[in-house]
Amino acid sequence: MDGFPILSLMLAVPAIAAVACLFVDARTARWIALAATLVDFVLGCLLWANFDQSPSAPQWQFTEYAPVFGRFAWALGIDGFALMLIMLSVFLMPICIGASWDAIEKRVPEYMALFLLVEVLMIGTFAAQDLFLFYMFFEAGLIPMYLIIGIWGGANRIYASYKFFLYTLLGSVLMFIAMLYMSVTAGTTYIPDLMAYDFPAHVQTWLWLGFFASFAVKMPMWPVHTWLPDAHVQAPTAGSVILAGVLLKLGGYGFLRFSLPMFPEASGQLTWLIFALSAVAVVYTSLIALVQSDMKKLIAYSSVAHMAIVTIGLFAFNQQGIEGAMIVMLSHGLVSGALFLCVGVIYDRLHTREIARYGGLANNMPRYAILFLLFTMASIGLPGTSGFVGEFLSLAGTYQVSTWIALVCTTGIILGAAYMLYLYRRVVWGEIKWDDVRVMPDLSVREIALLAPIAAVVLWMGVYPESFLAPMRADVATLLERVNRGNPGSDSKPTAGKPAAIAAYEARVEEVSGHGEAGEGGEAAPAAAHGGGH
Amino acid sequence: MIQAIVFLPLIAAIVAGLGNRAIGNVAAKSVTTGALLIACLLSWPIFLGFLSGNRAAEVVHVLDFIKSGGMDAAWALRVDTLTAIMLVVITTVSALVHLYSWGYMAEDPDQPRFFAYLSLFTFAMLMLVTADNLIQMFFGWEGVGLASYLLIGFWYKKPSAQAAAIKAFVVNRVGDLGFMLGIFGTYLVFNTISIPAILEAAPTMAGSTIGFLGYRLDTMTVLCLLLFVGAMGKSAQLGLHTWLPDAMEGPTPVSALIHAATMVTAGVFMVCRLSPMFEVSPTALTVVTGVGAATCIFAATIGTVQTDIKRVIAYSTCSQLGYMFFAAGVGAYGAAMFHLFTHAFFKALLFLGAGSVIHAMHHEQDMRFYGGLRRHIPITFWTMMAGTLAITGVGFAGVGFAGYHSKDAILEVAWASGSGQGAFWVGTFAALLTSFYSWRLMFLTFWGKPRWAGSEHIQHAAHGDHHHDAPADEDAGHASAHAHAAHGHDDHGHAHDDGTAGYHPHESPLVMLAPLLVLTLGAVGAGFAFHHAFLEEAGFWKGAIFYNQHLMHAMHEVPALVKYAATIVMALGLLTAIYAYLLRPTFPAKFVEQFRVLHRFLMHKWYFDELYDLLFVKPAFAFGRLFWKAGDEGTIDRFGPNGSAALVAMGSRVAGRVQSGYVYSYAFVMLIGLTAAVTWAIAGR
Repeated sequence: MDGFPILSLMLAVPAIAAVACLFVDARTARWIALAATLVDFVLGCLLWANFDQSPSAPQWQFTEYAPVFGRFAWALGIDGFALMLIMLSVFLMPICIGASWDAIEKRVPEYMALFLLVEVLMIGTFAAQDLFLFYMFFEAGLIPMYLIIGIWGGANRIYASYKFFLYTLLGSVLMFIAMLYMSVTAGTTYIPDLMAYDFPAHVQTWLWLGFFASFAVKMPMWPVHTWLPDAHVQAPTAGSVILAGVLLKLGGYGFLRFSLPMFPEASGQLTWLIFALSAVAVVYTSLIALVQSDMKKLIAYSSVAHMAIVTIGLFAFNQQGIEGAMIVMLSHGLVSGALFLCVGVIYDRLHTREIARYGGLANNMPRYAILFLLFTMASIGLPGTSGFVGEFLSLAGTYQVSTWIALVCTTGIILGAAYMLYLYRRVVWGEIKWDDVRVMPDLSVREIALLAPIAAVVLWMGVYPESFLAPMRADVATLLERVNRGNPGSDSKPTAGKPAAIAAYEARVEEVSGHGEAGEGGEAAPAAAHGGGH
Repeated sequence: MIQAIVFLPLIAAIVAGLGNRAIGNVAAKSVTTGALLIACLLSWPIFLGFLSGNRAAEVVHVLDFIKSGGMDAAWALRVDTLTAIMLVVITTVSALVHLYSWGYMAEDPDQPRFFAYLSLFTFAMLMLVTADNLIQMFFGWEGVGLASYLLIGFWYKKPSAQAAAIKAFVVNRVGDLGFMLGIFGTYLVFNTISIPAILEAAPTMAGSTIGFLGYRLDTMTVLCLLLFVGAMGKSAQLGLHTWLPDAMEGPTPVSALIHAATMVTAGVFMVCRLSPMFEVSPTALTVVTGVGAATCIFAATIGTVQTDIKRVIAYSTCSQLGYMFFAAGVGAYGAAMFHLFTHAFFKALLFLGAGSVIHAMHHEQDMRFYGGLRRHIPITFWTMMAGTLAITGVGFAGVGFAGYHSKDAILEVAWASGSGQGAFWVGTFAALLTSFYSWRLMFLTFWGKPRWAGSEHIQHAAHGDHHHDAPADEDAGHASAHAHAAHGHDDHGHAHDDGTAGYHPHESPLVMLAPLLVLTLGAVGAGFAFHHAFLEEAGFWKGAIFYNQHLMHAMHEVPALVKYAATIVMALGLLTAIYAYLLRPTFPAKFVEQFRVLHRFLMHKWYFDELYDLLFVKPAFAFGRLFWKAGDEGTIDRFGPNGSAALVAMGSRVAGRVQSGYVYSYAFVMLIGLTAAVTWAIAGR
C-alpha cells in the first residue's frame, strides 16, 4: 500500500456519492449511499489489514502530504488510535444507512447526502495531520448533524438543534483561539510536530483550557452535557447512532491527540479537574438515568456516565487507563449505537419512546429480546462483552492514581446495572398491557442484519480484545513517554513488606505446617504449578 | 479433557438457546443434559486422580484475553485439587438438576430457554473455578450472576420474579464493586493478576502499607477485605444477603443448583483459592470469621419462623455458608471446602426434595398447608429424611451422615484455633437452630394431619380450575390428571372433612426421583468417604490451599464436651421440634403470642429490606429526580443555553429561521470563510 492515497480515497468515495445522491430519486439515493458506505468499509478493512503493528513500525502510516498554500497542507496520516476510530466510523455507517432505509420518507436524497458528508468529515477528523485541516473537519461535522436533527428530527427538534449548536460553537471558539496561538508560536500546523513541541508551562494551562472547552462539550462532560439528551431524543434513529457512536468520540480523541501530548504538564496539573467532573458525572447522570421515562433519554444519560469513564482513563497517565479509555470509546460506540437501534426498532412500530407504553415484548418479539439483552449486558459491562474490557482497564488505571475517584466511578457498575435492568424489565418483561404492542412483529431480516454484526463485534471485543489493543499498543507507549513528565503521581503507592513481619509470617507458616514435605505444599506448590503452566 | 468439560455446556447452551423452538423441547433438553452428563463423567476421574495422588496440577492455555502492560490475562483452565473438587460438585449437581428438570419443567412452554440458561450457568461456573487469573475468575463470577439473574427471572411475567432478578443482580454488583477494587489493588501491588504469581508474592508484602481513600493501611488487609466484599455478595453474607431469599422466585431446580450447591459457594471458593493471601493478614481473617459467624446465626434465627418451604431452605443455605466462612476465617480451608462439598449434595437434595413436594402439592409452597405427606409421597419423604439427617449432623463415633463429618469438623477446628472460640459458641447455637428448623420443616410437611384444604393452589387443582397465570401453570397438565384421579376416589359433593379437600398428592415421576436417590447417596456417604482426604491429608491438597497441619492436628485434641457439643445440640433441636410440632402442636402459636416483638422482628428478616429501601433505593430515585429537575433543567439549562432573555430571544430568532434551513448554509459559509481567512493570515506572514 506504499504511496497509495487510500485515506484520500476513503474521503473521496462518500464525498462523490454525496454529490451524486442530490441528483437522483429516493430509491437510487439509498442504494448509492449504501454502496458508498460499504466500499468505504471494505477500504477500512484494507487499511487495518495493511496497518503495520510491529514494534518497529513508524507511528504515522499511510501519510499523504500536499502543500495547499502557505503552511496549510493537505496532510493525512493515521496512528493506531485513529485507525480504530476510523474503523468504528466505517463500520457504523452502512448500518446507519440501513436503519434509515424505511424510517426516512421525506427528502431522502438530501438525507443520504448529509450522512455521507458526516462520514467524510469523521474520517477526515481522525486522519488529519494539519491543525487547521483538523479544525475544519472537526467543526464542520456539526453542520450536517445539526441539519439531520433540525430537518428529520422529532417534534421539539428546533430547540434541540439550537442547544446543540450553541454549546458546541462556544467551545469551538475558544479552541480556535488556542490553535491560532499555537500555530503562530510554534511556527507549524503539522500535528506530529506540535505533539513534540514544548510549550512553556504557564501557556500550556491556557491552551489546555481552550481545547478543554471544546472537547468537554463534545465528550460531553458534566456540566456541559445537557445538549446530549435533547439532541438524542429529537434525532432520527440513525442520527442518534452516529451521534453516540462516532461524534461523542471526537472529544476523547481530541484529549488524546492534543491535550495530553501537546500540554503534558498542564494535563498533569488539571487532572483533578477532569477527575472531579467525571466522578460527579458518573453518579449524577446514572441517577438521572434511573428516573427517566423516555428510552432515548435514558440511554443518552447513560452515555454521559460512560464517557466519564473514558476521561478518567485518559488522565490516569498509565497504560491501562489509556487503553481502557480507547476500548470504552469503541465499545460505547457499538453498544450505545446498537441500543439506539433497538429503540428505533420499536419506535418504528409504535412511534413513541415512552417506556410505559411498552412491556412484555419478550412474548411477541423473542429475537428482539435476546439482542436487546445482549446490548443491555454489554452496556452494564458484563465480562465477555466489549463493555467490560474497557471499563475494567480504565478503572484499573484510575485506581493507580486515585482510590477515591476509582471508588466513586466504580459505583457506576452498580447504578448502571440498576437503570439498564430496570429499563429492560419495563420494556421486555411482564405481560403485554397494550393491544397495539401485542401485534408488533418480531425483528425483520433487515433489522437483524443491522444488529447482528454489532452483536458479533461486541462479543469479539469482549472475548479477544487483543485484536483491538494490538494496533494501539505502540502509540500508547509513545504517548506515555511523552506525558510522563506531567504524571500527577499516586495516592495509593504500596510500601515494601517489613522484613520483621515477613520473618514472623514465615516462622508461623513453619510452625503450623508441621513436619515433612507435605506441609511445605502451602507455599511451594502454587509456584511450581505456575512455572509448569507457562 | 478439561476443555470438553468446560466448553461442552457452553456449546449446548448455544445450541439450545439459539435453536429454541426451531429444534424443539426434546432436542434442546437432550443436548444440554447430554453435555452435562458427559462433563460429569469426565470430571469424576480427575477428582479421583487427585484423591489417589496420581494427578498433578496443570494449566491449559486456551486463548489470549486482555493484555495491557502487566495486566496479562489469558483464557486458561487451571486444574488442581481445589478445582477438581468444584468440578465434581458442579457437574454432578448440574447434570442431576438437568435431569430432574425434565420432569419438573415438563409442562412449561419455554423449556429450551430454561435448559439453555442452566447450561450457560454451568459453563460460567466452570470458568470461575478453573480460572488461573483474577480477571477470568471475575468473568465466571459475573457470568454466573447473569445466569442467576436470567433464571430467577425465568418466569418473566411475574412481577415478583422480575424484582427478585434485578435485586439479585444489583446486590451482587455491590459485592463486585469490592471485588473489582480488590483486583485493581492487587494489580497495583503485585503488578500481575496471575493467581499463582500473586500467591507466591503475597508473603513478601507482610507489614507493607498502602494508601486507600486517604488513609495508610496494611496492604494485605486492604486487598483481602476488598476481595472479601465480593465474596460476601456472591455468598449472601450478612449485609449483602438480601437477594438470596428473594431468589427463590426462580424455578426450584434453579434454587438447588445455583442458590444452594454451586454459585453461592463461589465466595468460599474464592477465599480458599486465595488462602495464602488471607493468611498474611490476620485482621482480614478475623473479619471473615466474624462475618461468617454472624451470618450463620442470623440466617438460622430467621429460618426458624419462615413458612415457605423454599425460604426455610434458603435461609438454611445462607447459614451454612456462614459456617464455611468462619472455617476459612480460622485457617481451616480444608474444612471449609469439605463442608462446601457435602453441603452441595445434601442441600441440593433438600431443594430438589422440596421441589418434589411442591410438584405434588400443585405449587403450594406454604408449609402450613402441608401435613401428613409421608404416606402420599414416600420416596420424596425418605430422601428428604436423608437430607435432614445430613444437615443436622446425625452420627456417632466417627460414623455419620455427611453433615456430621463436615459441620462438626468446623466447630472443632474453630475451638482448636483459639481465636475462633467465639465462633464456636455461635456456631453451636446455630447448629441447635439448624436442627430445630430442619425438623420443623420435616414435621410440618410429612407428619400430622393433612391441612391443604385451605390452600388456593390445591382448591384450583381439586376443582380442575385452570384459571392460572403462566408461571403457576407449569404443570397444569399434571394437576388436572391428579384432580381427575382424586375425583375418581371420592364422590362429587362429598364433604372432605379430612383436610384434603379431596386432593391426593402423587409421587413425582422417576426422572425426578432418580436425581433425589443419587443425591441421597452423597448426603449419606460423602462425609464418611472423603473426610480423611479433605481434613487430614496435606498431600491431597498439594498446595492448592493454605494447609494448616498444626490446626488440623489440634482439632482432634479438643475437650470431649466440644467434640459432643454438636451432637448434643442436634438432639436438643430435634426434641424441641418434636415437642412443638408433634406432641403439642398448639405450642408454637402460644410461643408467638408470648414473644410477639421477637417474632415480628424475625418475620421481617431483621428489617434489612425495609432499611435498605429507606437508605438506598428511595434516595437513589429521589436524587435522580432532583438532579434531573433541579440540576439539569433548573440550573444548568436555565443559566446555560436558555440563559439570559437576550440569548433566548436570539435563540428563538435563530430557531425561527432554522425551519427554512438557510441558517445552516450561513453557518457553514461563515465557518469555512473564517477558517480560510485566518489561514491566509497565518500563511501570509
